Amino acid sequence: MPDRTSDVLTIPELIEKARDLRLDILEMTTRAKSGHPSSCFSAVEIVTALFWGGFLRYRSNEPHWPARDRFILSKGHAAPLLYAALAHAGYFDRQELWRLRQIDSPVQGHPIQDMMPGVEATTGSLGQGLSIGLGHVLGGRLNQLDYRVYVLLGDGECEAGQIWEAAMAASHFKAENLVAIVDYNKYQETGPISREMALEPFARKWRAFGWHVDEVDGHDIQDIIDQLNAVIQIKGKPSVIIAHTVKGKGVSVLEADYTYHGRALTPEQAVKAREEILCS
Amino acid sequence: MQLGERAGLKPAKRMREVFGDALLDLCRQNPKVVVLDGDLSNSTMSIYVREEFPERFFNLGIAESNLVCVGAGLEACGFIPFIVSFSSFLLCNAYDQLRLAISQSNINAKIVGSHGGITLGKDGATQMGPEDLALVGGFPTFVILVPSDPISMHRAVQAAAEHVGPVFLRSSRVAMPQIYSDDDPTFEIGKTNIVREGSDLTIIACGIMVATAMDAATMLAEEGIHARVVDMHTIRPMDKEAIGAAARETGAIVTAEEHFLHGGMGSNIARIVAETHPVPMRFVGLADVYVDSAEPEELLEKYGLTARDIVEAAHEAVAAKR
Repeated sequence: MPDRTSDVLTIPELIEKARDLRLDILEMTTRAKSGHPSSCFSAVEIVTALFWGGFLRYRSNEPHWPARDRFILSKGHAAPLLYAALAHAGYFDRQELWRLRQIDSPVQGHPIQDMMPGVEATTGSLGQGLSIGLGHVLGGRLNQLDYRVYVLLGDGECEAGQIWEAAMAASHFKAENLVAIVDYNKYQETGPISREMALEPFARKWRAFGWHVDEVDGHDIQDIIDQLNAVIQIKGKPSVIIAHTVKGKGVSVLEADYTYHGRALTPEQAVKAREEILCS
Repeated sequence: MQLGERAGLKPAKRMREVFGDALLDLCRQNPKVVVLDGDLSNSTMSIYVREEFPERFFNLGIAESNLVCVGAGLEACGFIPFIVSFSSFLLCNAYDQLRLAISQSNINAKIVGSHGGITLGKDGATQMGPEDLALVGGFPTFVILVPSDPISMHRAVQAAAEHVGPVFLRSSRVAMPQIYSDDDPTFEIGKTNIVREGSDLTIIACGIMVATAMDAATMLAEEGIHARVVDMHTIRPMDKEAIGAAARETGAIVTAEEHFLHGGMGSNIARIVAETHPVPMRFVGLADVYVDSAEPEELLEKYGLTARDIVEAAHEAVAAKR
């Protein structure tokens, strides 16, 4: 696979990579004294599998390589996870990560398209990434390129009407190269999804819109890889992988308290969090 | 009397058909142009492209938020998307998508708001776009174009495609008389055209109001008042030089637009006049009111967008010079 610029890692190496990303996200958000670490932590294994599990074909020294596979972070508040992954993938120097949310830095609180290399879309007002991904699929068809487009959605984000506009359109256009992955961590900003705005029956909703649906344990990298491989075989329709995850995964204080959405840990909390991540 | 007749302008063509022709011409020239429709192609006349280039035409249905973001995705693949629907539906339903995916991303996408202003007429206020220029004015990276006649529409579509970056272009359902001839100067973004010379005041207009201003200038000339008429076809970036020159050289300015006075062309011109060379100004446009269902001509008459309204405003502005 000459177009893969990154080695495909083994499962133990992937687990180590996920740990490294968590540590960087913790460092970034603690230094910035703000951000959404818990929303990043629930999706770390998903992003690790995409970048280093043999799925995304990219050239980090050529971010606009036309034939690249796309990764679009629709849940823009997980920007630190995107930046950490891009840095580890070689798009830019890892030192840039410590400039998150600092004045005169391109490392914005939410992603702005191309402000950092590899950032495919401007996101953060939720609900928009799946439509952008569909546009990339239609563009790939016109350009006769067979790349895949992966869009990471938040669960609360799926309350937005535009997600279902895009779901209807992707099915209409038989966008088989479009793969949505929902980080279903069961919490939105103000509380449990089931209490605030229930998504269930979630899988049935996607099926009713004409999508192939799989569900995975979003922290089991092998399970994620198996399902990502499985959906590549699905023809004639788009696919969604509903990844059951834990908000704040890997840090007990975040896992225990959903009110940490949009809050960074204090330096003292971060010391303990770091130990937990290293011991996991 | 027909619009533009008093000024001796050539007969009018319906702007939506002119736009459809211009867009089709562009698609024939440039294989990178793709057209995205919100299920109104037979009203906006983007249907001409659908008929000739079906593979480059996408109807995304009645879902403007998705429409705009799909266009952004296509742009990232190297295409120049023309996203075409009614002005009001695009800007009001997809404002946030225009903000992030087009304006903040600063991509090379073109938004065509058809049926802008009030001259779509009988379908009524829910379909009209008398606020479109104010809304798109909230996006600092956008070029905003309002063609005033068939030739400027053709040139505006070309200029929009040539400009690298977000462009909003207003199209209309109504006919507009011919202001320009084929050998008139090329349409240049950000550079106004003086379409009639005069020294007593300047009427700055856009869209259909340019022809109305030409009629008004003819009426004023009969009284011995010589009005310069400026076609402000680009609302952003605004031609500060021409506005300053109008203020200095003619000493009074009347603006005329088919748009709410609040946040439209005139208020932006006033800011520049205040900064450069303050002179008396008067403003012809829509007051803070939603208009009715009626023929366009009836609406223009009822809501104060006629040559007579411009003449009255000119009298006041000229009187205030002394």
